[in-house]
Amino acid sequence: MTRKVLIADDEPNIVASLEFLMGRQGYDTLVVGDGDEVFAAVERFRPDLILLDVMLPHRDGFEVCQQLRAGGHDTVKIMMLTAKGRESEVAKGLAIGADAYVTKPFSTRDLVARVAVLLADEP
Amino acid sequence: MSPFHGRGRLVVAVAVLSVLVIAGVVLLGAGLWAAASATDRLALARLVRSQAVFLISGVVLLLAVVGLAVVRLFGRHVQQPRRLAADTRLIATVNPGHRLSVRPPAELAELATAVNELAERYEAAERGVAARVRAGRADIAQERNRLAALMSELAAAVLVCNADGRILLYNAAARRLLEDRPDRPGVVGLGRSVFGVVDRDLVAHVLDRAQAGAAVHATTAWGERLLRVQVAPVAPVGTEATGFVVLVEDVTRRFDTTRRRDALLRDLTEGVRGSAAAIRGAIESLLEYPDIPADQRERFAVIVRDEATALGARVDALMRQSADDLTDRSLHEDMSATDLIAAVTAVIPAEHGPRIRVDTTGEGVWLTLDGYAAVRAVTALLARLRTAHEVDEVALGLRPAGRYAELTARWAGTPLDAETLRQWTTERTTGTGNDTVADILARHEAQVWSQGEEDGSAYLRLLLPLAGGPAREPAGPTPPARVIESRPDDGSLARPEFFDFDLFQATATDVAWEHRRLDEIAYTVFDTETTGLQPAEGDEIIAIGAVRVVNGRLLRQETFDRLVDPRRAVPAASRRIHGISNDMLRGQPTIEEVLPAFSRFAEDTVLVGHNVSFDLAFLRLKEATSGVTFTQPVLDTLLLSAAVHPDHEEHTMEAIAGRLGVEVVGRHSALGDALLTADLLVRLLPLLHGQGIHTLGQARAAAQRTYHARQDEARYPRRPVRSDPGASRAPGQR
Repeated sequence: MTRKVLIADDEPNIVASLEFLMGRQGYDTLVVGDGDEVFAAVERFRPDLILLDVMLPHRDGFEVCQQLRAGGHDTVKIMMLTAKGRESEVAKGLAIGADAYVTKPFSTRDLVARVAVLLADEP
Repeated sequence: MSPFHGRGRLVVAVAVLSVLVIAGVVLLGAGLWAAASATDRLALARLVRSQAVFLISGVVLLLAVVGLAVVRLFGRHVQQPRRLAADTRLIATVNPGHRLSVRPPAELAELATAVNELAERYEAAERGVAARVRAGRADIAQERNRLAALMSELAAAVLVCNADGRILLYNAAARRLLEDRPDRPGVVGLGRSVFGVVDRDLVAHVLDRAQAGAAVHATTAWGERLLRVQVAPVAPVGTEATGFVVLVEDVTRRFDTTRRRDALLRDLTEGVRGSAAAIRGAIESLLEYPDIPADQRERFAVIVRDEATALGARVDALMRQSADDLTDRSLHEDMSATDLIAAVTAVIPAEHGPRIRVDTTGEGVWLTLDGYAAVRAVTALLARLRTAHEVDEVALGLRPAGRYAELTARWAGTPLDAETLRQWTTERTTGTGNDTVADILARHEAQVWSQGEEDGSAYLRLLLPLAGGPAREPAGPTPPARVIESRPDDGSLARPEFFDFDLFQATATDVAWEHRRLDEIAYTVFDTETTGLQPAEGDEIIAIGAVRVVNGRLLRQETFDRLVDPRRAVPAASRRIHGISNDMLRGQPTIEEVLPAFSRFAEDTVLVGHNVSFDLAFLRLKEATSGVTFTQPVLDTLLLSAAVHPDHEEHTMEAIAGRLGVEVVGRHSALGDALLTADLLVRLLPLLHGQGIHTLGQARAAAQRTYHARQDEARYPRRPVRSDPGASRAPGQR
């Protein structure tokens, strides 16, 4: 079965790379650019993993993550992306249920590898 | 001192003489009896029987004449010389202007005149010496006065302390800044512990960091305000620190510009990272996947170009902005976790906030914060918990976690959902300009979230930066402040009273009271005004005045002066004495409110009053209702004066003042009388010293002796004798 990756980021230039990279790994991708849109996309698209940017319009990545987990989406892997990369953010992200935390700018190879590891864990 | 000193000796002398006279009469009778024949004996017996009244009267008369003669002789040749000696000593020590009274007998009158002549010359010579000393020290005084003037002009509050943390010096700004809390009167005073203002741990922490060459300031809570405290060691070159200088600044209000700048810098950094991410993603995709279709390749190339351009523009903006000091983190200072929690607890509004229980204060943990804003942010969130989430009580805890500290507020109930919390953080906080909680958190790189636990409790957690964690402004090693000369001068030079370098000599304070030297003790000299003289029968205190004496100096500006509502009428008779009317007392605090403040003012000092047992009786009666007990030692200037001058009969305040050369002004206000009493104390101390009374224990023993002596003598009443029971102590009786 083809794995599905939801990309939630509002910066099209980064989305271009993410979309391309995920596509090249053979994953189905869907892109949303707004925090509020994530929930509908998750219901519809049923992703195995979400690349979730912290800085989203309307609803930040932390909030989205926490609400997804609170809403019973326990199995979907969540990888948070941020341009801030402060320890306090990492600590908060992991505390509220993210599976991984990646700081921009990231190495494409590392990102691909970490996504693969997270998806391989899935039951 | 001999047990036959003074009046005791007189009594013994009279008794011995009486015995001798009676023995003489008896011996005379016995001799006559032995020599007489039987008939003569009969005649003699008859004579004695018939003339018994005459004979006994004769003996009694003889005794009376001898006794009177002895008393007179004692007065003239024992008491008077002793009085002359005491007065001469007065001239030689505290009051060169004093003169002996010239009274008969002629020989002593002559001696007194001679001593007075000598005193004239002595006084003139003394004036000459004093003038020379003054001239010799003029430049030192000038230097000190220059320093004093400089300090008083400084806008910053300055406290100079010795190694024990005793305040040696402070300026007017320090008083203005720190003396505005009615619950903490007199925290700024010579010889006071600076740790009443600044936490001991904070000073230790800052001094440690100063030695390590790091930043040397920290933030601490002061009532509802926050103070920025800077500490610098005072050390002569190459020696241990002999003290430290504390600079205190109110950071309750600061400029918004710093914060805006901070926000801009943060945005720029994030923007740069975003662009870099886009470029790297595109380039690496191009390099890793050579088989990319042409249109995709084109897209990546455009991304690289656009983002590189944007990056350049951002860097340009950053450069422009750096004309201002972008690295200003001046609002971020070290604050102990204990202080943070104490401040949060103090600031949270009782009516809006939840009750706060402190689980762990994170003792020994230090944070780097804009303390004021951080406290506002935390309290704003806690207040919202109560008003919008119905949390009545939270347990606060703080513990270090990596480079951050976790501040956790835990309650029984459901967690906040993320959206609600986000809304709360976008509300403006009070007293921080236009900042929202989110702004404040962002400046601290802090995070907040709420989660539930399995056991049905929930928590709100903040991650705050630990000290030494996030980047700090660089600071070179602090150069030690210049060492201030610590030798005392003769005290006659004009200098502000808030100077006392002599306290540099003061050593550890835990020496038992009894062995403390009188000239090293800090005294609180006080007086009360009352509605009458009978504390047990409903008379009440209506005013308390006090002033401090430290290192033998009267500190006129370190005073305590409060009126007290007695909750009863002030009798007209006592009103005539002190001039305090019922109207003046209406609305004043009650004794239960004033005594705790007075107790703090008098903390760690010896209490002194004139005829002080009167005032103490009133204070003791209020112990139960005010919850304040005065456990420190007490001295009485009346008893000390009697100990110094046992042969003078008058020990009223006026009489002592006259003897010691103190001008009497402003009597019969509590503060006025306290000031006069303090003047007397300052003059009595060297006289006590001259009599070999050096320690508090010795002074109390001497006072005890005179107290007993005076109790035995009806003509020196312990209590003022009054004719009008409604009046306060009559003028001249204290």
